[in-house]
Amino acid sequence: MLKDHAKLMHAIAVSEEIVGRKKLQKMIYIAKNIAFPFQERFQFHFYGPYSEELTLRVEELCNMGFLNEVKEKKGGYYQYRYTLTETGKEFLDINSVEMPSLQDCLLDMNGQNARFLELVSTVLYFNDLPKEEVKEKVFTLKSKQRYTDEEVEQAYQYIGSLREKAGLH
Amino acid sequence: MAYSAEKLSEEKVFKDPVHRYIHVRDRVIWDLIGTKEFQRLRRIKQLGTTYLTFHGAEHSRFNHSLGVYEIVRRISDDVFLGRPEWDEEDRILTLCAALLHDLGHGPFSHSFEKVFDLDHEHYTRAIILGDTEVHQVLTRVSADFPQKVADVIAKTSKNKLVVSLISSQIDADRMDYLQRDAYFTGVSYGHFDMERILRVMRPREDQVVIKQSGMHAVEDYIMSRYQMYWQVYFHPVTRSAEVILTKILHRAKDLHEQKYRFKYDPIHFYSLFNGEITLEDYIKLDEAIILYYFQMWQEEEDPILKDLCCRFMDRNLYKYVEFDPAKEYKKLTELSALFKKAGIDPEYYLVVDSSSDLPYDFYRPGEEEERLPIHLLLKNGDIRELSRESEIVDAISGKRRTDHKLYYPADFIADDSKKPNIKKQIRTLLEID
Repeated sequence: MLKDHAKLMHAIAVSEEIVGRKKLQKMIYIAKNIAFPFQERFQFHFYGPYSEELTLRVEELCNMGFLNEVKEKKGGYYQYRYTLTETGKEFLDINSVEMPSLQDCLLDMNGQNARFLELVSTVLYFNDLPKEEVKEKVFTLKSKQRYTDEEVEQAYQYIGSLREKAGLH
Repeated sequence: MAYSAEKLSEEKVFKDPVHRYIHVRDRVIWDLIGTKEFQRLRRIKQLGTTYLTFHGAEHSRFNHSLGVYEIVRRISDDVFLGRPEWDEEDRILTLCAALLHDLGHGPFSHSFEKVFDLDHEHYTRAIILGDTEVHQVLTRVSADFPQKVADVIAKTSKNKLVVSLISSQIDADRMDYLQRDAYFTGVSYGHFDMERILRVMRPREDQVVIKQSGMHAVEDYIMSRYQMYWQVYFHPVTRSAEVILTKILHRAKDLHEQKYRFKYDPIHFYSLFNGEITLEDYIKLDEAIILYYFQMWQEEEDPILKDLCCRFMDRNLYKYVEFDPAKEYKKLTELSALFKKAGIDPEYYLVVDSSSDLPYDFYRPGEEEERLPIHLLLKNGDIRELSRESEIVDAISGKRRTDHKLYYPADFIADDSKKPNIKKQIRTLLEID
């Protein structure tokens, strides 16, 4: 019951704090794509894979008082900071979630910037294509981000290292 | 003559209750409609379990797909034709993407996708790009045409204008399903002046825009969408049927994992249970097959599977109470324990279901809510986001409405022949005594 909510809360709890909605979206997408059983469905949007269901669930968790959302002004726009509330921690104690090695992966991703995670998630989204085609997709669909060949290579390496952390190699 | 430009010797028409007629003149469209993968959509209902609430809602994804095609055809041939921003070369791509946008939907796809971790968009791509009749037809246009169509549907095409016709906050998909679902359910919501909206649509490089004079028709469209979501799509009785359907699939999957010997061997489900479904297996699935198993499983020995199937087939659905997860999650834990004591498995018989909709949203830079907003074309040629001009739309922009309900089998809870005291406690907690 409310298992999907609990999984998401667990993800935020083990990440300690996630800053930015884009970052949260990408972290969950990458985690789901490499190994972890998150249920939210993703589609391709402006910033890469995006889940309306995830947005909704986060909003619900805030309304329920399980998640704390702090809105802060940054340059020309607002960004959001997410942590678990005391009630959220209490809920998670009753509805514990077992996802071994998720914490290692999420903490690592949390240390990366949103721009890089956007690239990593886009590479994963097109992962069934050959590398050259993935690059073409990245350069065409993400032309404003001006990613370089080197960055795409780094994204591939990073995906490999996350898979190792998740125990897939 | 190139296949993409080939016309039928005579126009074909399909009689349609929403658009009166669907007109087909292009050979490629006619050939796509004839493929077995497209014909399969006749056997998949557009609204899943809604027919158990609104008995008229038996229409299929086939009807809807033709409807979306017809709307896009009219935009392309009647409104955009000859405008400098519209490239006639994109016409056939847009029509094919409109026709095929729902091709990968499976039977009762909402429940199936949840239980078996499937994604209809993945199957839409797989059917378009795989070894299928649809792929053969598309390849006759050009070798890379299937990929182009798949990219438009997946929103990964660089042609944003074409994508926005099929998938945006005012697209042909929504315009068809709102009217079609209103027609077949018989509700009075869902109606808006589509003719007016089509006439004021204008192509721009990145998306379709709406002439300012059409703003009130767009307001009406947004409000009718809002009404349809809460009065039809999220109807609590439909959700009850959906909950039971999902639980049937869960139970069958669990029993398979427990090596239960089904009286009626679910051969069509094995690849789903094992997570090894092939495209060929997937295309074979339709609602007739699923309902066949539900019919037969009413005779299974497993009491839960049998009961759930009887409930679904006989429309003996769960009742519900309003539920506030923030305030009542502890109550849910208590209820779950009481259900166990009463011998009713809460995993199958105590279900929280949530619905939520955001009627309209605009783009905020730097954020992740990435809905493409509706843009108005002002008389002076400027482009302005809809909610900045419309007070009605501004009032509902970005405002999500969410509803949680707790579903349970009222007949089990009311039956005091066993564990009457525990049942009484359950009724008290549910506040139904």
